[in-house]
Amino acid sequence: MTMSRDEVFQKVQGVLVDALGVDEDEVTANATLMGDLGAESIDFLDIVFRLEKAFGMKVPREELFPAEGLLNNPELISNGKLTAKGLAELREKVPHTDLTEFEKDPSISKIADLFTVNAIVNYVAGKVNQV
Amino acid sequence: MRWIWIDKFVEFESGRRAVAVKNVTAAEEHLHDHVPGFPVMPECLMIEGMAQTAGILVGQAGNFQEKVILAKISKATFFDYVTPGDSLRIEAQIGTISPEAASTSGRITRGEQLIAEIDLIFSHIDHNLGGKRFPEENFVFTGAITSLLRDFALSGSPSGVPGRESEG
Repeated sequence: MTMSRDEVFQKVQGVLVDALGVDEDEVTANATLMGDLGAESIDFLDIVFRLEKAFGMKVPREELFPAEGLLNNPELISNGKLTAKGLAELREKVPHTDLTEFEKDPSISKIADLFTVNAIVNYVAGKVNQV
Repeated sequence: MRWIWIDKFVEFESGRRAVAVKNVTAAEEHLHDHVPGFPVMPECLMIEGMAQTAGILVGQAGNFQEKVILAKISKATFFDYVTPGDSLRIEAQIGTISPEAASTSGRITRGEQLIAEIDLIFSHIDHNLGGKRFPEENFVFTGAITSLLRDFALSGSPSGVPGRESEG
């Protein structure tokens, strides 16, 4: 199955509108899931389930939201910031994300900004056009 | 489950769908307090009925080993009032079930009439991302739900109750 990026975006948009109860025009490419669209941790699972249904494929949660597991691990977080160990793990999990800015102030609230609509579209587009 | 709000299951297809009934009676005190002078079932209690129906369906799919907790009301749309004397049919269907969670969709009807559409997400809380520990004992599924499932021979049993398959 080949899908254009636009087609993927439209479907992802529909999934997020249903899962988060937001308006279509709020779901822009650069919108952050937690900050802009108000997602909470259980919503990530909801999004995964809906993406699987919409695209008819398996979506392992840790592939789609690789940094999510870090948010709840006390070893990797201290005073609301990632520890050196946490940063190292994050770098490993998101090799394609530029973390230069983030490393200056590794607050966990900023990790949330790494979860964007675009990140989902990239992931899904890569996956559906793989075969 | 600390209290039972549905009356019994009338259909149960393990891992797929279940139907429970809830008969509404004027003896339920909250009906008179919600809107004084107009006895009506609060909508949140329709969600509770769906949560119990769908939650037990999800729990049984894992032989009642998981602690199944309502985590999100994805959708709740109501189409009519429910008043004393009504017999509600609460039908839940599993959408997706994964090690950490399950999603369900459901409808509540009275006769042919659609009363509500309610979609839920349940968390299997022992698999939470934070690694938080909960008591060993399954405090969600206790013996109290056994009577709801009395008409069905299903695998698994709530904690403290021998499974039907082990009965002579």
